[in-house]
Amino acid sequence: MVTKVVVGAHYGLKDWLAQRITAVVMAVCTLIFVAVLLGGGPITYGSWKALFSKGLMGLMPFLTLLFVVSVLIHAWIGVRDILMDYIKPTALRLAFEVITILWLVGCAGWALRILWRL
Amino acid sequence: MPDLTAKRRRPLWFNLSPLNLPVPGLVSIFHRVSGLLLFLGLVWFLFLLDMSLSSESGFAHFRSYVGHPIVKVAMLALLWAYLHHFCAGIRYLFLDLDKGVDLATTRKTSYAVLAVSLALTAMLGAKLW
Repeated sequence: MVTKVVVGAHYGLKDWLAQRITAVVMAVCTLIFVAVLLGGGPITYGSWKALFSKGLMGLMPFLTLLFVVSVLIHAWIGVRDILMDYIKPTALRLAFEVITILWLVGCAGWALRILWRL
Repeated sequence: MPDLTAKRRRPLWFNLSPLNLPVPGLVSIFHRVSGLLLFLGLVWFLFLLDMSLSSESGFAHFRSYVGHPIVKVAMLALLWAYLHHFCAGIRYLFLDLDKGVDLATTRKTSYAVLAVSLALTAMLGAKLW
């Protein structure tokens, strides 16, 4: 018999904390992105590509990677919360959750491909 | 076993006055809506990033693509979503730290979030175009 009671323990605490940590990471990245984009002169293809061309050691690729990983975690928790609130039939919600995960992993894969190509 | 048929006979509540939300509630639902918009807009953002970094002609194509009025409006909407989510998120981080949780302050900070995110959208929007 299952006697686990899903209240009062720490269920969800890790997710709650992960969402806040990733939020802070993305907020800091955002400020740096804005500073880099608005601080430099007019953006041409050359200067834009140069920003991303130093491999993962460069500032922009590194921050983009950090941002992508944070979005993956943050958006998953956020969208899951929305699905839990509005989609009550378990099978349907599970389907949407699977789609969300696959979608986010696909997006992260695409982002890596963009950074890798350069 | 609960009577499942009883659920169908429950009265429907047509009074929509609860939708007249207090400002912190407005910030809250906007936070959710903007978050969902950003999730949906993520793939489009990647599409734009991919195009702009693909090649010299890709960059030129990107330039003309983002110059289209419909694209501009969509980007402005996503810019607002981002800035609102950003500002409201910072407010929530402070609330988590138990800062500004009394009613008068939460209302003030809610108005501030709405105003600052709209002002930043206008400023950055004007700067970008």
